[in-house]
Amino acid sequence: MKKLTTAVIVSLSVLVTGAVFAQNTATLRHGLSIEQDAEPDRMPVVQNDDIKRKRSYPMQPPTIPHKIDGYRVDTNSNKCLSCHSRNLSSDTQAPMVSVTHYMDRDGNFLASVSPRRYFCSQCHVVQTNAKPHVESDFVDLDDLLKAAQSKPKE
Amino acid sequence: MFAKLKNTLVHYWGVLRRPAVHYSLGFLVMGGFIAGIIFWGGFNTAMEATNSEAFCTGCHEMETNVYAELKGTIHFTNRSGVRAICSDCHVPHEWTAKMARKMQASKEVWGKIFGTIDTREKFLDKRLELAQHEWARLKANDSLECRNCHNFDYMDFTRQSKRAAEQHSTSLASGEKTCIDCHKGIAHELPDMEGVEGWQ
Repeated sequence: MKKLTTAVIVSLSVLVTGAVFAQNTATLRHGLSIEQDAEPDRMPVVQNDDIKRKRSYPMQPPTIPHKIDGYRVDTNSNKCLSCHSRNLSSDTQAPMVSVTHYMDRDGNFLASVSPRRYFCSQCHVVQTNAKPHVESDFVDLDDLLKAAQSKPKE
Repeated sequence: MFAKLKNTLVHYWGVLRRPAVHYSLGFLVMGGFIAGIIFWGGFNTAMEATNSEAFCTGCHEMETNVYAELKGTIHFTNRSGVRAICSDCHVPHEWTAKMARKMQASKEVWGKIFGTIDTREKFLDKRLELAQHEWARLKANDSLECRNCHNFDYMDFTRQSKRAAEQHSTSLASGEKTCIDCHKGIAHELPDMEGVEGWQ
């Protein structure tokens, strides 16, 4: 009997705290109950202006400034490398993939792109006009340094 | 046996080269004219029927491989609803070229009968060869089937993205490159592209 009472109390408290948290959580369902269908957001449009973007930190993988619809990257072909590879970037004037992509994990240089760097969109992604659900509070390293330098020394 | 065949042939040759006895010239001329319309129209209708999507995808080789792959691409579904069917890209529109292509395609009937690509594995093994035939054909006719819809003269570079305009206004405009040189694998999946010009 005592066990049962404990179980009931525990499950009730879990339910109540769950409900309290659920009210404060932003979801893609816009707070609708599970029986209702939320209207999906419009598909965002991919930025296609071919203008290089600033990187947020030096080793950030650069984002893709163009559409990549239908660009296949698989065992047979790699559409990205048909412009960005070492051999072809002079024809296409696309930036060559960085030299780190031609290295294995021990830092030895390879003749072609390393298998572990082959799947481009693992790191490099397009940017869309979608509004972020949560604002980013990322601070650029330069700003951090400036703030630290301007602060009077104690 | 040969003597009998020879006699028959000689008999009909005789019928053909003698003037008609029972029919008027008007009847023969009109009859020939009407029969001509029926046969010519029938021939072209049958030829058009072999150009239809239903005919092409009637074989499982086409339906489960290339047609299934086409479905996700922009030539099948897109914002404006204009789409291409098999023959738009794979059969010339102009009559003589179309007849020549149709005669070549009779080899595909052979392939169908003997099951050259009747499984997915066989198809994948042969894909490079089949793709190379199509690349060579489009290269030789300056991507004619692309240009049936995508007319260079009416391309507005200002409506293209920067890099598209860059390529189209230089290499394509000068005739140095043709559509298929860059736009491979836009409607179907690609074979292993190792060693193909312009890939890695």
